[in-house]
Amino acid sequence: MPKSDAHTSTDATPELMIVAKGLTKKYGDFVAVDGIDFEVKRGESFGLLGPNGAGKSTTMKMIASTSQRSGGELRILDKDPNQHGPEIRAHLGVVPQQDNLDREMKVWENLKAYGRFFGLKGAWLDNKVTELLEFAQLEEKRNSKTDDLSGGMKRRLTIARGLVNEPEILMLDEPTTGLDPQARHILWDRLFRLKENGVTLVITTHYMDEAEQLCDRLVVMDKGKIMAEGSPAALIKEYSSKEVLEVRFGSENNKEIAKQIEGIGERLEILPDRILVYTDNGERALENILAKGLHPVTTLVRRSSLEDVFLRLTGRTLVD
Amino acid sequence: MGSVQTTWQGSKVLVNPAKPMRWGAFYVAEFRIRGMLKWWDAIIAFGLGNPVLYLLSIGIGIGALVDKGTGGTGLDGVPYLTFLAPALLATAAIQGAMDEVTFPTIEGFEWNKTFYSINATAITSRQIVDGIMWAAMARCVIQVSLYELILVLFGALPISSIPVLTVVSSLAGFGFAAVMLSVTVLIKDDDGFFAIVGRFVLTPMFMFSGTYFPLATLPIYLQWIGWISPVWHATDLGRALSYGADVPLWLMLVHVAVPVGLGAVGLLTAYPQFKKRLSA
Repeated sequence: MPKSDAHTSTDATPELMIVAKGLTKKYGDFVAVDGIDFEVKRGESFGLLGPNGAGKSTTMKMIASTSQRSGGELRILDKDPNQHGPEIRAHLGVVPQQDNLDREMKVWENLKAYGRFFGLKGAWLDNKVTELLEFAQLEEKRNSKTDDLSGGMKRRLTIARGLVNEPEILMLDEPTTGLDPQARHILWDRLFRLKENGVTLVITTHYMDEAEQLCDRLVVMDKGKIMAEGSPAALIKEYSSKEVLEVRFGSENNKEIAKQIEGIGERLEILPDRILVYTDNGERALENILAKGLHPVTTLVRRSSLEDVFLRLTGRTLVD
Repeated sequence: MGSVQTTWQGSKVLVNPAKPMRWGAFYVAEFRIRGMLKWWDAIIAFGLGNPVLYLLSIGIGIGALVDKGTGGTGLDGVPYLTFLAPALLATAAIQGAMDEVTFPTIEGFEWNKTFYSINATAITSRQIVDGIMWAAMARCVIQVSLYELILVLFGALPISSIPVLTVVSSLAGFGFAAVMLSVTVLIKDDDGFFAIVGRFVLTPMFMFSGTYFPLATLPIYLQWIGWISPVWHATDLGRALSYGADVPLWLMLVHVAVPVGLGAVGLLTAYPQFKKRLSA
């Protein structure tokens, strides 16, 4: 066989950036991450989705090679983080859940100082800082104190800081938690650009819309375990219906009325404030309900989302 | 999009992990020293103002009394300020080094959480400890040098004594700072802890370390404070080496061994504590 063929076939296999098998983390008796398996390929945008306490951040810390696993296997960039933490971390960009910028430093200083920790030279960093400020849309805030930035700006600065070493994998833990809708959209746009350019992203979120916007593939986590895995569209297809009809009869009445509309749609989900009717045709389901002489206070027909997938898998909503 | 992607080389090309793995402690020290430079005017003002005020009040005031009371010969046969100088320098060294291991450590773990962001790079927890200590020692030497400048101007110190006293007092600063670092890593927030350290550790250490009079003149039940205090060891060694006070060789070796030992114990305690807290 000619050499070039062998070479081509190797190239066709996407490079595995992260491989976890039976990955476990315990704190005393508490099992935060309970034997999870997943793989992340180069250029992929991979999501860990789940409610608070699902084990997402703990998983992120183990991938970030700062927290050692209690069991199982983990390879990042084909290295074991227990043995090669610093070598792995040299190639990662980490955006933690809580911005840990240096508040005594100016915006540009935060970027430059961080670059120094990777052993990058000052003159090279001066150019890089300008690029990153442009990317994060913070050029005008260059000389501001970090404390004077808005929440969204701080988040963008933390992301820019995570890019200073041009990482192989950029890890974002709850990137838009606590931001207003406009700030979230600006941030999604920036992250989407990175993704388009082939940067491998690992994102945790408890926002469904965020996962749908940014992730090629995701795992749904709950109580330290992976409940399901797939692309957002595939997960919705597998675990939910095409459309969802939301009806509210007032929190007192929902439970009682649910009995009467049993049989409409494929499945019902009764929440304290509303009833969800899973169906391929929301409008028709609503007609059927009205035909029974029932009059919901409000109605809404929408497409199924990952929120519904999560509800189906765990019986709970994501954001409590 | 911005030029971030057009010039993108990727960290595999850009970053050589061997560099931070070798020099990481100095990168951390560089970072801390940059932080210090933001307060350089305050450091200089206090570094000079403190000794000036101190020497005017205690040194010259009490010194005049002591020198008069001893018939002009002072203590150890030298003017009182010369006798006092090594103790003042040791205290300045300890104070300077302590400032750089305490608040920056709480800041790093709690206020700004910068240690976590540093540890997310190739820098290890151990390198953070070492970097903090290097920066603390830089501050310590600055503090001592400023004090020495004032002592020279007051005529309390010959210029020839400066190198040896700088080394001896910085050694005390090192020993004490390492111990303080290993304690500070356990603290969640200030809560007045450092005020307590100042009042119940630093002040007695300064008072009962043979600072104002030879340790041997203290009652024996107070002398132990001096024996474990890096201030006394640096003071006694400083007196021997700067103006030839009578200290046997074995005791000089003890004076070196105690602060070095304190430093080693402090660092060896701090390393695992930092690692534990950063990987939690």
